[in-house]
Amino acid sequence: MAEYFEFENLKVNFRTFEGVKNVLNIKNLSIKKGESFGLVGESGAGKTTLAYTILKLLPIPPAFVESGAIRFEGEDLLKKSDGEIQKIRGKKISIIFQDPMSTLNPVFTTGQQIIRVLQQNQGLHKAQAKKKAVELMNIVKLPDPENILSKYPHELSGGQRQRIIIALAFSCSAQFLIADEPTRNLDVTIQAGVLQLIAELIRETKVTVLFIGNSLELVSLICDRVGVLHRGQIVELGSIREVATHPAHSYTLTLLRAIPKEKRDKIDLTQITLKAEERVAEKGCRYVGRCLRKEKICLEEEPELKHIGGTHYVACHLYKEEKK
Amino acid sequence: MRKLLPIESFEAIKPRLKEFKLTFYLLNRNRLTMIALITVFLLVLVALLAPFIVPYKEQVFSGVNPQEKLLPPSREHPFGTDELGRDIFSRVIYGTRISLETALAAVGLALLVGVPLGAIAGATGGVVDEIIMRITDIFLSFPPLLLAILIAAFLGPSLTNAMLAIAVAWWPWYTRLIRGQAVSMRERQFVRAARATGTPHFKIVFGHIVPNTIAPVIIQASMDLGGVILTAASLSFLGLGAQPPTPEWGLMISTSRNYFLNAWWYSIFPGLAIFITVLVFNLVGDGLREVLDPRTRKY
Repeated sequence: MAEYFEFENLKVNFRTFEGVKNVLNIKNLSIKKGESFGLVGESGAGKTTLAYTILKLLPIPPAFVESGAIRFEGEDLLKKSDGEIQKIRGKKISIIFQDPMSTLNPVFTTGQQIIRVLQQNQGLHKAQAKKKAVELMNIVKLPDPENILSKYPHELSGGQRQRIIIALAFSCSAQFLIADEPTRNLDVTIQAGVLQLIAELIRETKVTVLFIGNSLELVSLICDRVGVLHRGQIVELGSIREVATHPAHSYTLTLLRAIPKEKRDKIDLTQITLKAEERVAEKGCRYVGRCLRKEKICLEEEPELKHIGGTHYVACHLYKEEKK
Repeated sequence: MRKLLPIESFEAIKPRLKEFKLTFYLLNRNRLTMIALITVFLLVLVALLAPFIVPYKEQVFSGVNPQEKLLPPSREHPFGTDELGRDIFSRVIYGTRISLETALAAVGLALLVGVPLGAIAGATGGVVDEIIMRITDIFLSFPPLLLAILIAAFLGPSLTNAMLAIAVAWWPWYTRLIRGQAVSMRERQFVRAARATGTPHFKIVFGHIVPNTIAPVIIQASMDLGGVILTAASLSFLGLGAQPPTPEWGLMISTSRNYFLNAWWYSIFPGLAIFITVLVFNLVGDGLREVLDPRTRKY
């Protein structure tokens, strides 16, 4: 029974000065066709590494994939050669990068860049590609397309650039879209506009999405299901409603609390602050150093994802005890 | 029957025209660069039209005129005459042609070898990078003029060999320059983005990395044109480049050493020609640096 998109026992490590560091350890995660899956977690949790691993964009070395498989339509992406993955990039799987400021090549106009991608991936002629580029600008709601297409990236605002990048990501009708914090480095009003645009496009094109964000609120606007990533491991998994209303893992709770609902609310930063020298232990729960309720078992055994009703899963020893 | 051009053809020209106008406008803002650019343009014109400008065409290469030897500058001979009675003005004008040809060919050859190698080394990394860079290290461990002398000595002294020698001594600099830039480009987000859209490696190297790294190389090359003219003149001065009776500036100065005390004009005018040419090429290189890079443009 092959899922549409599936991670299995994926382990990605970085060779560093201090030795090999594991940054991703995903036992099992699958995304259904047409679904929008959200991935949340603090910076450094491994979200972007995951996105890069899918498209084989990881800098190797220092990174290397220790084991595991990423299956897309039944085929293992990690086993594909550079030439084969090239045919998938942009055509079947496309990506929106997190930093709109540096994703466009500064020495070409935006039009040249879009036209080049269209020519390359869809085999269009220059005139056709140009027409398509103007259409794309209309789709991402950029006014005065011709003018924008003749501009260099540095002449455009962050929001405009991100819209162009979104246009590029949707240009070749990929079936799978990775959105790696597309609203990062944008201010709040523009964030809302860009998110709305992405949501609309996803609805229209019925594309499967892996949406990466750093807050549950952001992800909940786009996604149906969400996974919480902590130090390279999925600690909680479930539908948006389940995770947001009944957070089972205390890390999820902290993530939710980190954003104040009302002015009166105090932000609880005690749990989320992480000591720099703290290192991932060989065994036991990776959250134990920051957990306020830790017990003996947490130090010894690594928690597995446990089914706790509906589509809700959690990786915590203590949850089981609560249930009893 | 009159054939109407399709309207698209005009549309296609528009952005190019706009680009050209902008570049010209920016260059015009910088007076010194503009003057230098006009001088370069004049030099090129002089080089191209040399046969039509010179008053004593038959004296340029051969022709001995003993009764007119070593005459000071006058109306008939604006730069005077040399030890064989040849008109120095005519020879300096022809020298422009020879110097520009040599410089362009040498720098062009060096660029043709250096730029692709550097871009490939920087963008690919690993063993390829290591091999290419060690080769450049070997070439760079020779002083450039000495290397050029060595090659000229092996191949025999001639202008073509001097040009080859200069190119061989020069290309590793471009390789290094491009490679350093290309390495910093490799992990840039837009290169990653290009890869994520399925662009093949060689297209990334020549379509994304080279255009982003070429600006400093163009500046370096236009500045080097001056340096190469100087080196070519030096080689000729040492007798390893152009051979008499070629009207090469360095060679003329070399010959003039013997007559310097009596005939100042013999060495001054070829020297001035070298000085002005090298200076304007350097100035143009400086100006281009500001204009060609969209990030350092001042509007």
